[in-house]
Parts: sequence; C-alpha cells; structure tokens
Amino acid sequence: MTAQRKRVALLDYGLGNVHSAAKALEAAGADVRLTADRTAIMEADGLVVPGVGSMAACMEGIQAIHGGELIGRRLAGSRPVLGICVGMQVLFSSGEEGGGDTRGLDEWPGTVRRLQADVLPHMGWAQVEAPEHSQLFAGLADERFYFVHSYGVTEWGLDPDPRMRQPAVTWAEHGERFIAAVENGPLAATQFHPEKSGEAGVRLLENWVRGL
Amino acid sequence: MLATRVIPCLDVAHGRVVKGVRFQGLTDQGDPVELAARYAEQGADELTFLDVKATVEDAGTMLEVVERCAEQVFIPLTVGGGVRSRDDVARLLAHGADKVGVNSAAIRDPELIDRIVADFGSQVLVLSLDVRRSPETPSGFEVTTHGGSRGAGLDALEWAAEGVRRGVGELLVNSIDADGTKDGFDLELTRAVRAVATCPVIASGGAGDPADFAPAVAAGADAVLAASIFHSGQCTIGEVKAAMREAGVTVR
Repeated sequence: MTAQRKRVALLDYGLGNVHSAAKALEAAGADVRLTADRTAIMEADGLVVPGVGSMAACMEGIQAIHGGELIGRRLAGSRPVLGICVGMQVLFSSGEEGGGDTRGLDEWPGTVRRLQADVLPHMGWAQVEAPEHSQLFAGLADERFYFVHSYGVTEWGLDPDPRMRQPAVTWAEHGERFIAAVENGPLAATQFHPEKSGEAGVRLLENWVRGL
Repeated sequence: MLATRVIPCLDVAHGRVVKGVRFQGLTDQGDPVELAARYAEQGADELTFLDVKATVEDAGTMLEVVERCAEQVFIPLTVGGGVRSRDDVARLLAHGADKVGVNSAAIRDPELIDRIVADFGSQVLVLSLDVRRSPETPSGFEVTTHGGSRGAGLDALEWAAEGVRRGVGELLVNSIDADGTKDGFDLELTRAVRAVATCPVIASGGAGDPADFAPAVAAGADAVLAASIFHSGQCTIGEVKAAMREAGVTVR
C-alpha cells in the first residue's frame, strides 16, 4: 500500500531553471506541478517559491502573477510555503542589491544586504548550524549544502511571540554570520539550494514534504 | 567554511563523452549523463560539460544532455564551449544548466559579460581563460583561443581583473602549459590570478596524481577541475578527496 503523494506547487513566474527543483521534489516524494494557477496554488499541500538572480527581478516576476498575495493567503490558512535562495530573500522586508532598495514580501523583518567577505559570490558546500528543534535538518546536522549567493540576511529580527512555537533559525558563515534557513510555522526557507545539494538536499526536501 | 570543490570536466561531442584530447582523435567514452551520475555518487561537488565541437547542428543535442542530467543529478552543472550570445545562455539555463562558461566570445565582445550578468546575475557566469606563458604580455601570462593554439594578445591577469570588474561569478583558469603534462597544476598562475580576483577561482590543467590537488588549493584555488585523471579510471573523486583531506584541505 502506498500513501497518497503530497501535492506540491512550484511557483511559475518565468524563472528559467526549475528542472532540478521539480525533479528533486519528486525524488523527495512529492507530486510536483509547475504552475501560476491560483486554484492549483491554493489547493496544493505545499508551495515552493524558487529564485535565482537578483531579488528585484524575482520580486517583479512574483508580483506579476500576484504571487505575494497567494503566499500571504496560504500562510493565513497555515498552508506550508518553502522559499529557496532568492525565494527566501524575497520573504524579508527589503533588499539592498544593486545599491537600490527593493521591497520584499515582508513576511519577516530584515534587510537582505551584501555579505562582508573577501570572496563573493559565496559559492560551494558549507556547513550550517541548525537548532535542535529543526524539522528540516532532522538527521542532517553534519551535512553540507550548496550555496551560491552574494547577499544575505545577517540579523533575525522577529520578536518572539510566547503564544507561537518558536521559529528555528539556522545559521552559516562566510565572512560573517548569515541566515541559512528559517522554519517559522507554515513558512520555511533556505538560502542554499537543496535541489543542488545532492543526497543531503533531497533528504531535507523529504523532511519538508513529510510535514505537509 | 566552504569545502574546496572537486569538479570533473566531461568533454562532450555529438552527445557523447569523448576522450579529453581536444579537437582531434576523439574516442567515445560513454553517455555523459551516466558518467555524470557516477561522478556525483563518488562525491563530485559540481560537474562541468564542455562542448568540444560546439557546432550549430550539435546545439540541440547538448541541450538534451543538459536537460537529462539536470533531471537526474542533483549537484550544480556548468556548461561551456561555443557559448556566443545572451540567448545561448538563456537556452542552456532553461534546459537545466546552473552556470555557463564563456571564453572566446567574451574576448571578442567583453560587453557580452555585462549583458549576461544584467539578465541572469553574476552567479551563472564562469569566465573561462586558457592561459599560456608569453613574453608578449606585462604579467608574462597570455590569454589564448582555439584550444591554446593562438595568442589573443591579452594579458591574462588584466583580463581576469576585467572579468571580475564586469561581474563574472567565477574564473576558470586553465593552464595551457600544464594541460596534458600530468605534472600538477600551474601554481604560479593560480597564485597570480588569486591575487587579482575577488570571486572564486577554479584551477584547471595538469592534474596527474591525487597529490597534485592540495598544492593548487594552497596557491589560492577555491575549486579544482580535472578531466583525464578521472576518465582514465586512474583514480576516483573519493581518492582525490582523501589525498586532499590528508594534506589538510577541507573537502565534503
């Protein structure tokens, strides 16, 4: 007997390369559909927001399909959403990329800014420090994940709410400490690319899919 | 802290992996996707496909290989060889490449770098340099084209610095002098490029033994790329990483 596969919508806002994200999610046990359709996005068990390139360009693409509103509605109903790379950055309030001031979706307070490091982009396999109550990193504490980015969020500014389960914030370091992942109720995100992180990445996605 | 990346390079022609002697005497080494999957299993940190023929007729075949690979192998994939335009980059990315290597086309038209970076971001662009020693340039290192056979009259360090200024995400520095010698990486070249680059540097050319990799890292390489040492079955990715670890290099 096989359990029903979880349905995951992969937000389609014109991003070029989503093959690996779709296939890695399938390998993690999900039934994946690349879509911008409102009904499909609202009804899916999980929504994945991919992202590469600049935060401004991703925000533009996401807003063109009313992605911000869809993400907000899902979260209001405690429906899981996972942001990846720039798909995580857009969840914060603003970004400084390109010297400008890009407004994000403001699900979390914080500014995405250029990392202070000798070598950028931060490109390659890095270790992360996940808190013990993390679900995404369950069984993956010693693994490395694939990062490629020059910008990041260096402070977690959400005030703790005693009524809510405390968010799990995972950190990594490149020149300075930055946020590698966040799990905050139905909203989760990773700065690295689980779909490019080999076996460890697929297992992290399995952890997310299992929780849907 | 990042682990130093070990990147096997697969030379591809007409949709097949060919032996790493570029442009002549190509012999079939198998299906690129099967080989890519095997390297990923062995612990490769990334993969590079180099389209050694890069003919217009072949472009579709390469896209198909890239697409099949991206669907099965979940580590970063760079594709280089014959990338001439922003549209070539767009097509490769749309078929599953994570990064694209640009070489001669950027020498002919440096603004190609700006266009690619503006549209897709720094992280997709690897500037690939085939470098040889030459008394003709200020640094003594010259950029070449046509598989190292022709000097481009361009100082390699100046070109590397210009690439960084224009926003490339990485520099792939292939030593024509060391390439094929199996005497080890060109450490002097690696050090010189490291000194002018603020982006990651990939050292390439000359690896003949697992012990050759750690010195390249000590010289400043963020990643090491090799072809024949892996294809010939001389050693596995795991053996190279074990030797690097032994020498104190952090690897995955």
